[in-house]
Amino acid sequence: MIPSAFKFYKPNSIEKAVSIMKDFGDEARVIAGGHSLIPVMKQRLTDIKHLIDLSAIKELKGINISGKSISIGAMTTQVELITNENLFKSAPVIREASLQIADPQVRNLGTIGGNVANGDPANDMPGLMQLLDATYKLSGTNGVREVKAREFYEAAYFTAREDDEILISISFDAPIGGYAYEKQKRKIGDYATAAAGVILNVDKGVCSSASIALTNLSDTPVYCYEAVGLLTGKKIDDNLLSQVTKSCVEQSDPVADQRGPVEFKKYVAGVVINKALKRAFERS
Amino acid sequence: MEKINVSMKVNGKDENLNVEPRTLLVHALREHLEYTGAHIGCSSSHCGACTVDLNGKSVKSCTIFAPQAEGAEILTVEGIGTPDKLHVIQEMFKEHHGLQCGYCTPGMIMRSYRFLQENPNPTEEEVRFGISGNLCRCTGYQNIVKSIMAAAKKINEEAKVEEKEIA
Ligand SMILES: Cc1cc2nc3c(=O)[nH]c(=O)nc-3n(C[C@H](O)[C@H](O)[C@H](O)COP(=O)(O)OP(=O)(O)OC[C@H]3O[C@@H](n4cnc5c(N)ncnc54)[C@H](O)[C@@H]3O)c2cc1C
Ligand code: FES
Ligand code: FES
Repeated sequence: MIPSAFKFYKPNSIEKAVSIMKDFGDEARVIAGGHSLIPVMKQRLTDIKHLIDLSAIKELKGINISGKSISIGAMTTQVELITNENLFKSAPVIREASLQIADPQVRNLGTIGGNVANGDPANDMPGLMQLLDATYKLSGTNGVREVKAREFYEAAYFTAREDDEILISISFDAPIGGYAYEKQKRKIGDYATAAAGVILNVDKGVCSSASIALTNLSDTPVYCYEAVGLLTGKKIDDNLLSQVTKSCVEQSDPVADQRGPVEFKKYVAGVVINKALKRAFERS
Repeated sequence: MEKINVSMKVNGKDENLNVEPRTLLVHALREHLEYTGAHIGCSSSHCGACTVDLNGKSVKSCTIFAPQAEGAEILTVEGIGTPDKLHVIQEMFKEHHGLQCGYCTPGMIMRSYRFLQENPNPTEEEVRFGISGNLCRCTGYQNIVKSIMAAAKKINEEAKVEEKEIA
């Protein structure tokens, strides 16, 4: 499988990359780790005439932690997210989720920026970033702007990013409380049949704050506002967690595909959400 | 389409290529440089038969364009051992029947080579997780895992002997 021909660029600054994107509009595309993009180029599902490699742009790399503020460059690879001990101390849910993405070779090249910018509902990091209430920083012809992860996803492969914008970095505050990212997949290297991320902050048995987001259970990630409302301020017990699980499943809207019919997916969603809630509670 | 120059170091040797940008690294290695060790099993980023070492990391060479590897140091299975002098991992695959048809083997060996540097004392479970990006249609993995565990043991024993000799 060989993609159609393209011209290759490797700019060393964000400005240069943006200007190439401006010149060629939707015929141009950036490539990060290439592990979502190259497979679709090989299938010729997309026609790209100008390919812009972001790997020479230094500003897009690295993990910065200062106090409780965390900022991650778009070109940071999944394996860097997993092995960074300071990030693990500040936001352990990122390692837990990243280890469930793809396989070792893919994680060596796949980046956080590519994962969240791709817009594929099967990607795990969009849900994870909604869980953490992250903010995406974008740079384009009209300057730099910020968009919340919870407002970024419009439909499958449609996001708030403009054609000439590059995702530069992702930032969020270190989460407090118990956490869990639970994913059901058919095998390693498969995308989620259903996955759920939970953060629970508990004080004397009472939930003081919570966050819940779902992956691959709709055409965008699902942030479970209602379920979060149900939890907050309540004493946590199995009964409440069942109610919360039910509310999350009601918000999901999966489609039937090779991973199963809708009913099955909703069933699996219930299992992973409940497991994630319980594990987050145990760790809180 | 216009060709571009790509230079990289493969198995310790400097190489210069003039290729179309859409050339996949695996094709550059196999067809332009005649390192046919890296195999193409699926060409869809799943099987790991094309695994090579790129700047000290295992990658699937079917999912990277040659120009993305500009300036990189690449190691293929040809670079770690020869038929006369096999690498310990290759020896152990031979001894423990870690292969049948051999199609997945160069990828398995290259992944094991890097994995054992990342984790020199793995448990069996860690080996399985470490090679989870490599598929084998023949062996059922049991003997591959045995081979890698045996290679880890042997590499560590040899390291100890060397330490003693130095002391
Ligand atoms: C076998 C296999 C299994 C996988 N399993 C999983 C899984 O379980 N879960 C999961 O989440 N992912 C999975 N993936 C996808 C993998 O994590 C990808 O690496 C990731 O989705 C995309 O990151 P990338 O750096 O490779 O991006 P690329 O493929 O380079 O880019 C993806 C898209 O994002 C755009 N883009 C990239 N970076 C930027 C940027 N900075 N600004 C603007 N646009 C940008 C590109 O133009 C492209 O459209 C799998 C991939 C493979 C091959
Ligand atoms: S040929 Fe590269 S992963 Fe199968
Ligand atoms: S030995 Fe035949 S595929 Fe692994």
